[in-house]
Amino acid sequence: MTEPMPEPVPERMRAEWRKRITLPRVAAAAALVVLVCFSLLIGADTLSPTQLASDPEALELLLTSRLPRTLAALLTGSALAIAGLIMQALVRNRFVEPSTAGTAQSAALGILLMTLVFPAASLGVKMIGATALALLGTSIFMATADRLPVTQPHLVPLFGLVYGGVIGAIVTFVGWQTDLLQFIDIWTNGEFSGVVRGRYEFLWGAGIMVVLSWWIADRLTVLSLGREASIGLGLDYAWTLRLGLLVVSVIAALTVSIVGIIPFVGLVVPNIVSRVIGDNLRASIPWTALSGALLVLGCDIVGRLIRYPYEIPVATVMGVVGALLFLKLMRLRPAHA
Amino acid sequence: MILIEDLSLAHGGTPILRDINLTIDRGGIVALVGPNGAGKSSLLSLIARLRPLQTGRVVIDGLPVTTTPGPELARRMAILRQDGVFAGRLTVRELVGLGRFPHSQGRSTPQDRARVEEALAQFGVADLAERFLETLSGGQRQRALVAMTFCQGTDYLLLDEPLNNLDMFHARHLMQSLRRMADEEERTAIIVLHDINQAAAYADRIIAMRDGRVVADGTPQDVLTPDTLAEIFGYRMQVTQIGGKPLVLHHL
Repeated sequence: MTEPMPEPVPERMRAEWRKRITLPRVAAAAALVVLVCFSLLIGADTLSPTQLASDPEALELLLTSRLPRTLAALLTGSALAIAGLIMQALVRNRFVEPSTAGTAQSAALGILLMTLVFPAASLGVKMIGATALALLGTSIFMATADRLPVTQPHLVPLFGLVYGGVIGAIVTFVGWQTDLLQFIDIWTNGEFSGVVRGRYEFLWGAGIMVVLSWWIADRLTVLSLGREASIGLGLDYAWTLRLGLLVVSVIAALTVSIVGIIPFVGLVVPNIVSRVIGDNLRASIPWTALSGALLVLGCDIVGRLIRYPYEIPVATVMGVVGALLFLKLMRLRPAHA
Repeated sequence: MILIEDLSLAHGGTPILRDINLTIDRGGIVALVGPNGAGKSSLLSLIARLRPLQTGRVVIDGLPVTTTPGPELARRMAILRQDGVFAGRLTVRELVGLGRFPHSQGRSTPQDRARVEEALAQFGVADLAERFLETLSGGQRQRALVAMTFCQGTDYLLLDEPLNNLDMFHARHLMQSLRRMADEEERTAIIVLHDINQAAAYADRIIAMRDGRVVADGTPQDVLTPDTLAEIFGYRMQVTQIGGKPLVLHHL
């Protein structure tokens, strides 16, 4: 017998929330428009709307740098939040995400090895290598997490941190030995300043993964009930698990290669959305994706403003913001995992 | 009809099931009884293809469980395990709605939704429909899970100790619902029961297991005799008759 758990959000509030779902939608859309406008206009050279109309150079700057950067932040944010959400459903633990469980580090190792072995290969080919290693690294994590006692849910994220740390150390060691440390900084320290037209387009692949995850949302919800319940409901458990792993790995590989590792997005966004919307992924995926996009774009804008005209990498800003949000979440959370 | 042939199971060298052969006809309630560790739950998970078969075969309405596609089986057979579901922040309505997954793959039709509302009302969880599962008591959650299993609308229901956590009112209500389902719709329930008197009152057939073997199989009147009960549970108990059904005084 278990006692009723304290509700994360009062019953009445949630019912109303659902009823007036249009209000949050409008607010989110407005926030998106405002942040996108800010992002397009703010930078070392501040643009104004009138300039854009008259000055072709300003328009060129917008199209080659600001617009790609803004889209990259939106795509990365939504994809990272979704990758966290899916990983939490696969592992059935709310405290894991790709950047703290070895997936992102494996992707970085993959792109490093590809750079060493096939230096002439195109970025697309290198990303395939990164995806493959992310898949391998995540599979090993999941197979190991599966053997940890279910009575100790906090062992899983702890193991993930150690595991990710070990792979990260291997990346650094190989980079040190091969004089590639400055590249490694690009892959491990997420920032958007180097993201320009001709490079950011790969991130649409991460966007496709977000759409794919929404398409298979019901299957992922069933999967999150566990293996036995999934089989009982006729779900092809093994295949859905692999598909989820593939989505997480592709997102990790693409974002690490283009932007670098951004911590906390995959952890805090799904947890906050889950408190309000719940764990039915059909309902929560759009909100998770949108919230992730807003959070990352917002942090990128903050990073551009704090030391204007210099920039602070988005990963650093997110490290601070994400840690604060995470601490807040831990205080809200009832004692069970 | 469920056909179980030459089913054995061993785990790390320890035999769990030994050479089980059973035929379970459609329509009715079959109670699986026996002491802890007799292999009841293992038998149920093998029938429900939750574990791979080591020997023998299981055939549901002519479909072998090892080769039939998952969704096809899930439309014929639903299983409720004791500890199988880890849902936290699904509402009761969402959980029960997942019972329609084998039929709709998530794209629920108006009929699916009607079935969900029916199941919510039938198991007295309509008032809790918008609550997250993590906010419910053990008994309320159990009823939500039972409603989900019913909602799957299958001819065969495999229930592993469904009366766990239920108070007397809801335990009786669940057994009566199963009885009605068996009588009116000719559906089949195979239930692991620890309360032998629930089996006596509601089951058409009792299959008793011990040490991985079937040790008795028949109507409640046949199985629930002092001698057979002693063979199953290892001690003698009195049996009386009330309203034409055996009543086992197992606690004395």
